[in-house]
Amino acid sequence: MIAPDRLYDLALVFAFAALSLAQILAMIRLVIGPDVADRILALDTMVVDAIGLIVLLGIAQGTEIYFEAALIFAMLGFVSTVAYARFILRGDIIE
Amino acid sequence: MNVTDLVEIIIAVALVIGALFTLVGSIGLLKLDTAMKRLHAPTKAATLGIGSLLVASMLHSFAFGSGSLKEILIMVFLFVTAPISANFIAKVAIHRGQDMPPPEPPKDQNWATLNPTDETVPGIEAPAKT
Amino acid sequence: MTKVKRSFLPHPFLTAILIVVWCLLSGGISLGTVVFGAILGILIPQATAAYWPDAPRAVGLFKVTVYVLIVVWDIIVANVVVAWVVLTKRNRDMKSVWVAIPLELRTPEAIAILAGTITLTPGTVTADMSDEGHCLLIHALDADSAEAVRDDIKNRYERRLKEIFE
Repeated sequence: MIAPDRLYDLALVFAFAALSLAQILAMIRLVIGPDVADRILALDTMVVDAIGLIVLLGIAQGTEIYFEAALIFAMLGFVSTVAYARFILRGDIIE
Repeated sequence: MNVTDLVEIIIAVALVIGALFTLVGSIGLLKLDTAMKRLHAPTKAATLGIGSLLVASMLHSFAFGSGSLKEILIMVFLFVTAPISANFIAKVAIHRGQDMPPPEPPKDQNWATLNPTDETVPGIEAPAKT
Repeated sequence: MTKVKRSFLPHPFLTAILIVVWCLLSGGISLGTVVFGAILGILIPQATAAYWPDAPRAVGLFKVTVYVLIVVWDIIVANVVVAWVVLTKRNRDMKSVWVAIPLELRTPEAIAILAGTITLTPGTVTADMSDEGHCLLIHALDADSAEAVRDDIKNRYERRLKEIFE
């Protein structure tokens, strides 16, 4: 990271570190389980954290080209969470 | 102390708040001990955390770029879908018997997830018309 | 006249939202984005009209604004409270309870909004609904008594939603 020339650069570094730590903690929960409900929840949390990381990258580089990526991440994350949960509940996704 | 400094301070505060709440969501996910308790931390803390980061992004684009309101779309989408995801995950936890069993409903026969004959229920949120 | 209007614009409010969303997505209000947004806003409600048979009734704008402001304030307070509970309380000190809430609301939209509100506010998650739709099952993270949570939700949110929708 370059030397902080703006006031919020330190906050940006802190936010990157905190979100990365959050991703790692969610990944630990994804691995240790213990049940499929926890794994779905951990995946959902990881998607939300990934959206945060993409937004932070957009701020750090001063561009808006990552916006669509974040939006598609949000949509795919929601649909995959619902599809996974529905598969566990009903044994089928589209009836 | 001019306007740019003030905006930078606000952006920095929003970034720190968002990062802290997102981190608390994941800490709660790891720390709490039953499946239903774990559901509380990420669905709320993470949603507000990302909302705060998006506010920072929006302020940043207005202060140092051309300005965009696109982040509102992501925010609205997250706030609308978070309860639905949480509801589905809670249903999975009840269905798999991960927590203490829920009490009997006071008025009806059973909860929709536990109902053995719920093939006729068309949707999750659709109640019977009376 | 109303029948023609009904088949051309089945959901005027949905049309307006689609135009606004399209303008936000394409990054600016110009003649091109508004016209294309209007085309989408007319075609999409017509194509999906079969899935939305009932037109939603008009709701009071003032009451909706008050409700939204209360919920936004509660979301912010709720997040601080939940973060504090998660970070400072030990697991065995948390008293999490199931709460069953008998519903007075009958409209599906109102029940869906109530369920979403409950999930986004202090330490409560909507977990399930009874099979006939008269009851919501709620899980509270840290509550003194199930009755207090139930009365709080009924007084704070359900009463206002009942005024808005019924």
